Amino acid sequence: MSLISTLARLEAVSTGRAQPAATVRHRHLGDHPLVFVPLTTAGEAGAPLGALVGTDRDAPRLLVVPQPRDRDLRFAFLAELADVVLPYIDGYAEAVEAAERTETDPETGKRVKVEVELCADAPQLIVPSRAGIDLVRLLGRSMRFRRTAEQDPEAPYPAPPRVPLLGRWLTHFGERARVPGSSLLLAMTDVLGRHWAIGQSTLEDQHLGALLAWIDPPEGVTGAEAALRAELERDERGQLTCPPAGPATDPAFDNKLLAPAIERYDRARTALAAAEDGLEADDRLGALTAAEREIRDLLLSRTRPTWDAVWRGLDLLRELPEGAHVEERWTRDRWSFTGHRDRVLAGEPPQPRRDDAVTAANKLATREREQARLEAQEALDDPLVMAGRRLAGEAFAGEVTDVVMAYSDGKRPSPRPLVTVRTDDRPQLGERTKVYRSLGGKPQSAEFVAAEEDGACVVLRILDKMGRGKEPEPGSVPEKGDRVCFTLFEHEQRGGAKLPDPEETPWTHGGPPGEALPEAADPVTEEDVL
Amino acid sequence: MPPPRTRGTALRHRLAELRGPDVPAKALDARALAALAANPGCARRAILDGAGVNKTALASALGSPSAFGQSQFALTRGNAFEAKVKADGGAELLRLVHEKLDRSAEPPADARVPDLTATGPQGRTARTALELREAAAHPGAWTLLDHPMLALDVAGSPAFLEPDAVVVHPDGSWTVVEIKSFPLLDGSADPAKVGAAARQAAVYVLALEEVAVRLAHETAPAPRVRHRILLVCPKDFSNLPAASAVDIRKQRAVTARQLARLTRIEDIADTLPEGTCFSPELPAEELTAAVESVPATYAPECLSACELAFHCRARSRETGAVTSLGRPVRAELGGLATVEDVLAAARGEAGDPDDPAVAALRRAAVLRAEALEAACR
Repeated sequence: MSLISTLARLEAVSTGRAQPAATVRHRHLGDHPLVFVPLTTAGEAGAPLGALVGTDRDAPRLLVVPQPRDRDLRFAFLAELADVVLPYIDGYAEAVEAAERTETDPETGKRVKVEVELCADAPQLIVPSRAGIDLVRLLGRSMRFRRTAEQDPEAPYPAPPRVPLLGRWLTHFGERARVPGSSLLLAMTDVLGRHWAIGQSTLEDQHLGALLAWIDPPEGVTGAEAALRAELERDERGQLTCPPAGPATDPAFDNKLLAPAIERYDRARTALAAAEDGLEADDRLGALTAAEREIRDLLLSRTRPTWDAVWRGLDLLRELPEGAHVEERWTRDRWSFTGHRDRVLAGEPPQPRRDDAVTAANKLATREREQARLEAQEALDDPLVMAGRRLAGEAFAGEVTDVVMAYSDGKRPSPRPLVTVRTDDRPQLGERTKVYRSLGGKPQSAEFVAAEEDGACVVLRILDKMGRGKEPEPGSVPEKGDRVCFTLFEHEQRGGAKLPDPEETPWTHGGPPGEALPEAADPVTEEDVL
Repeated sequence: MPPPRTRGTALRHRLAELRGPDVPAKALDARALAALAANPGCARRAILDGAGVNKTALASALGSPSAFGQSQFALTRGNAFEAKVKADGGAELLRLVHEKLDRSAEPPADARVPDLTATGPQGRTARTALELREAAAHPGAWTLLDHPMLALDVAGSPAFLEPDAVVVHPDGSWTVVEIKSFPLLDGSADPAKVGAAARQAAVYVLALEEVAVRLAHETAPAPRVRHRILLVCPKDFSNLPAASAVDIRKQRAVTARQLARLTRIEDIADTLPEGTCFSPELPAEELTAAVESVPATYAPECLSACELAFHCRARSRETGAVTSLGRPVRAELGGLATVEDVLAAARGEAGDPDDPAVAALRRAAVLRAEALEAACR
């Protein structure tokens, strides 16, 4: 955490309200995000309890698993989830625009441009907290290797159709969320925490209710008080008035309300199974429906506040203007979405459990590159972020006090003007350190020549973007009196070294992965209830 | 003639007084161990844990109840899984130990599973030690100790620990087994949870080493306590056990060092005013005063490890301590310890401008104000 954000947190403590940590919005927000508020069963891996899901804040769809240990009920939940999520994703797969991509021609080995489709927009999933992202990944993993009856008629406990497909999509969203700056799958707490500094530690930033309380406290109370209430206040039944954003539920809720309700449901189900005639069965079916209704109401009471909180967070974020580079990063998300759409359409198998060496190295390289890109772009888009970089000596801003025309040696002398910048910053400049400034959205580079007046003045030599002529193009060289901001970091990221094809994996990395075998489904055990 | 009161019994007596009359001592559980690792310098936590005070009850009595609790779903599943792993006289568990840790030994068959029931923690500890001695007399056989009880000296008072299981190998060495209900998914588990399990197991290993030293005599060296423990978790999404050997040498070294560094509980106890008592029965004001008489070092990490964290956090915020925003924040700000000090220094109202921390703060404040102003324009 930089000193500037620490200062913002301290100001938040002292004023009782969240302080801005960004002046623009650094993440893309779609017009119709799909909000997903899941709950899980404590102690089970990937056993969903229920969820609120939908794109309309006034009409969420409630999905419930009345007995989370029952495999059939879990499958029914996942099938219902697929019915909501997959049509939403499909809605973005159709509209495409033409785009170009450079590919290596397999015959000539040359880089050529090819016409490809790029989806005009991409779906966006919003979950309340970072744990929600982990759950999306886990659900994806639990579903993508399932076999439906159609794929494998012999499989015991076949999954409903479309459930494996949902698993592949959720896996893709979960993987993409690991790429810095991507917006396909966002956790509300992360995005809010990026844009506001609250008067609590970063460890406490994961509480959605507390975050919102700091950012937008109700009339008459400070953010600190409201946040404390959101964290700890319990009603007369001992339940948190602001339920945790999940997916884990509060143990008090599990023990006092949910467990008895599930027990009643189990009893009603056993009674129905034991009914001897139609009339009796009708009555007992009524009891079962009532028991299920009760569980639905309980889960709604836990998820609805979080649902509303996520939408309120979206409202707050939409008030911020979008950063200039956000659109560009979203285009990368669209590429990623289009790529996965194509892989699904081409009938490729689900993502493997473990990546081969080349894929894994590529993924890591991508994340590193995107991290550097994100840091550079956020600084260029947002003076507050740039302030942090300036404080760290990675950038400097100031006024141009002198411009001296100079030329390079050589046959055709090109302009290499010397620019003196007066700055209060203390950049970490060494001999001929390259610095960059943004000129019409493109980086112009310069090199450090000398420091004057004990570091208060920096002399730079401008190196490029001045046209081909002897005289620099108008506007391409700063003039005396201009305010300029140079960075020591590059604005655009170069791709790393190219990795070999998977078939060419060197022995040091396990050698070629060999023929890809279809991954086996997870073995299912006879008994499902532990 | 009654035996002379030793230092040990005197301390035990003093700790019982602190706990309050008729309040049973609470064993040092996994959370207390985690708190020990998260915040070794906290005298409040040390004395409360050392005296076996039930901190959950204490926090409720103080009016800031802890948010910990275990869902009965998790509890049921955890117990069911542990029972499944240990079913059949531990056949599956021993198979896993053999496969993952000791493949050169005879495969386990007809393992000894001694009964360890006894009254009271002291009784169970003695019983466990007895059975371990007994196992040493049966070389070549596998022995499974189900829920043994171990005692460890923590800051001068014994803490009782209950590992899930300890296995005695045919070569006489001992292995700690931890059974957890988080899944081992495609061969990897949540690193935070594995780390917690490893820290917990490291404490058990330390306690076992003390038992081992006592078993040593002229003819036989002390049995070896293995530094690779067995972590048993459900495999993927099933309830089948999968196991992995976890090297805990690092955690063992860290915990041993922290235990050695702990302020001795008697020293803390000596600083308390006469008649201090932490019984949850007492009225809230008296209890608050008692708790306040021991200094705490709150940091946000406490929230996930200590039952008293909300109480200490409220105190820390009241005094405006910057540590309530995190230890790194505190480290960054040099000698400035409270929020108002920092802000005054940043505004230029206080602080020595030659202090690098103050100078950096002022520069940060100027840059921040400038950037916000630029954004408003």
